[in-house]
Amino acid sequence: MRHLSGELQFRCGERELEGEDTINLIIDGVQAKAEEGSTILEVAKSHGIDIPALCYHEDLTPYGVCRLCTVEVEERGKKRLVASCLYPVKEGIEVRTQTTEIVNGRKMLLELLLARCPNSKILQDLASKMGVEKVRFKIENDDCILCGLCVRMCKEQMKSVLIGFIGRGDSREVVTPFRESSEICRNCGVCRCICPARYLSVDDIVEEFS
Amino acid sequence: MDPIKSRDELEMLRSTIIEQREPDRPCITICSGTGCQACKCWKVTEALIAEIEKQDAKGKVDVRTTGCHGFCERAPIVVIYPNGIFYQKVRSEDAGEIVSETVLNDRIIDRLLYADPTTGQKIVLEREVPFYKKQKRVVFGSNGLIDPTKIEDYLVIGGYSALSKVLSEMNPEQVIDDIKQSGLRGRGGAGFPTGVKWESCRKAKGNTKYVICNADEGDPGAYMDRSLLEGNPHSVIEGMIIGAYAIGSSEGYVYVRHEYPMAVKNLTMALAQAREYGLLGKDILGSGHDFDIKISRGGGAFVCGESTALMASIEGRIGEPRAKYIHAVERGLWDRPTLLNNVETWANVPLIISNGADWFSSIGTKESKGTKIFSLVGKINNTGLVEVPMGITLREIIYDIGGGVPNNKRFKAVQTGGPSGGCIPEKLLDLPVDFERLSEVGSMMGSGGMIVMDEGTCMVDVARYFLNFLREESCGKCMPCREGIKRMLEIINKISSGQGKTEDLELLEELANFVKNFSLCGLGQSAANPVLSTIRYFRDEYAAHLNHKCPAGVCKELIEYSIDEDKCNGCGLCLKNCPQNAIVGEKKKAHVIVKEKCIKCGICRESCNFDAVSVS
Repeated sequence: MRHLSGELQFRCGERELEGEDTINLIIDGVQAKAEEGSTILEVAKSHGIDIPALCYHEDLTPYGVCRLCTVEVEERGKKRLVASCLYPVKEGIEVRTQTTEIVNGRKMLLELLLARCPNSKILQDLASKMGVEKVRFKIENDDCILCGLCVRMCKEQMKSVLIGFIGRGDSREVVTPFRESSEICRNCGVCRCICPARYLSVDDIVEEFS
Repeated sequence: MDPIKSRDELEMLRSTIIEQREPDRPCITICSGTGCQACKCWKVTEALIAEIEKQDAKGKVDVRTTGCHGFCERAPIVVIYPNGIFYQKVRSEDAGEIVSETVLNDRIIDRLLYADPTTGQKIVLEREVPFYKKQKRVVFGSNGLIDPTKIEDYLVIGGYSALSKVLSEMNPEQVIDDIKQSGLRGRGGAGFPTGVKWESCRKAKGNTKYVICNADEGDPGAYMDRSLLEGNPHSVIEGMIIGAYAIGSSEGYVYVRHEYPMAVKNLTMALAQAREYGLLGKDILGSGHDFDIKISRGGGAFVCGESTALMASIEGRIGEPRAKYIHAVERGLWDRPTLLNNVETWANVPLIISNGADWFSSIGTKESKGTKIFSLVGKINNTGLVEVPMGITLREIIYDIGGGVPNNKRFKAVQTGGPSGGCIPEKLLDLPVDFERLSEVGSMMGSGGMIVMDEGTCMVDVARYFLNFLREESCGKCMPCREGIKRMLEIINKISSGQGKTEDLELLEELANFVKNFSLCGLGQSAANPVLSTIRYFRDEYAAHLNHKCPAGVCKELIEYSIDEDKCNGCGLCLKNCPQNAIVGEKKKAHVIVKEKCIKCGICRESCNFDAVSVS
């Protein structure tokens, strides 16, 4: 058995697996093999099954908040909906990524997000791909979907923790501490790069709060 | 005092304390729970102590301030032992008479007795009062017997004997077996079998394990955990030590709201006493088992009652839930195996150990064992905390114990399980109360809130109230909960203002089901319950709102107040009380409401003694 260590373990689905640690599961009817510790989303990706996700990035800790990657897992006869970016694969589970319930749920989710951020290209593209034809909610004019990618990026990869969430419920937002421009920010711009809604940039924050 | 080193020493101490007390000496207990505090019970206590001094009764009677007795409607409550004479709505002026008549001369003061509202008959003894008669107060009953600030009181009623039994003659597996056998299920909401949880936590890998007591009670109108922690903190502590022994933990936390100052105070005091007596800390009762408890105070976010958010909060992070695909019993607080139970669950543990699993499982239904404490509030005659055996019907709780709906109004619905629970209509009043039955009808046990509503309650407005609460209290982390609740509220506001259309109701239902299935944590997954259950049982009321009518006369945009000319005698009371000066009329002539000025607050209707103000 090949020894897989550290980061590589998470990409295990890409290679031939055998031995004790191998987990067998079924995704959309396809027999899949995975290393223990990997998530459904990772295994699906490596098997060419596309699951949409907005708050997921392979180099960051999964957060599980956009819920777009929700799939159905059947384990010992019991079905439940789980976030595939977080759910660790288990022996013998059967995963379905495209049931009517899931597809309708994803559509509703996009409708809600589009109502919040009508100008986001990524949301518009996803909506058109999934056949969301109209938005039945009052249109707002926000740009941030609060996926938290920028916050995790700044913390985990840049080791900076210069932005974070404040507020509860619908008053939640991403800000710098005390809404002030930061003296330690290196203006690396990685928060802008990773933003799926292409909303947040360091310039924006500096401009807005200085 | 020196720490107690063995079971025998504990029993010796117990008998010494009991010997020092004269069981026949009268004891005046004054309920000092939150409800009675609000009615200034401390003044009664002070007056009683002063009167005893004045009337030279010192040494002939004891005075004890206890935890909540439950019958908060009749606060402040005084019960005089050994007989259990029940006085209600006692004022400090009554103190002199209580001492001179009842304590010194064994005479009953008639006007302080509780009168049965149906028969008018005066009831002398606490146990005879209908409110208490149908209850089974195994957990909550001790509240009325002990002073929560004195560990000796708890020892007198057999406290810490379950712990000493566990430490001296049981191994951890036996303890877990007992809890499993008893059929105890978590009292915090989900009803997960407690023994199974303990077993998984014991089996989880890791040397450091934590025990947590969830006292972050946040449901509007619910205060049973608060009263238990305030009134009998040692029972919770004892339960936690037993749990810690069972899973092999040496560190525990009680996560309690900062808004519960008395609970924090009494618990702090109880912890200090337990440490002094050698019941907490190193080498508990000479068994070699170490365990201590810290208090972690919450800032009041509702979502922190969710176990994973609670643990994040203890760790000092933002109180936000995470997915529970890996359970807290394996990776909880600081990623270590963690055993979290609710206050009431912990308080049940010593009882199960002392009385046996069979005793516990003999109470209740097939799937739900034991008793449950409910906080019975809303449009009900006997507001208070009730402890009933599982399987009792809603009708028994509301009518036999709660005394029914006040002012001869009709019962409409009862909301169980807090903001995430559902509304149960009148036709289901004979439903036996247990975990399964409540979820079958679209509600849940929750932590035990029970809000009774009468015909004057608009169900659309109720759903709106809870959605508004949840919109503010959702942490906002996951998108279905944050966006979904906001939009549900938007739609329901539209409906209650008379602008709703049939497709809005359909969208509301679709959205509610989506939020239920797609949200991350328990809060989001149950946030749609008030909407779904009111649509399920009161669809006609939603339909009426679509037709611009609010049958209960609550939704302001859909109602109008008017004064009946024939009934109004022109007393001027409504005119005087109207905050908008919207009522005009001469004295002794019928008054009129000026529609343009009226804000539909309803004060005129409440103040009218002749039922002349009507809503349409």
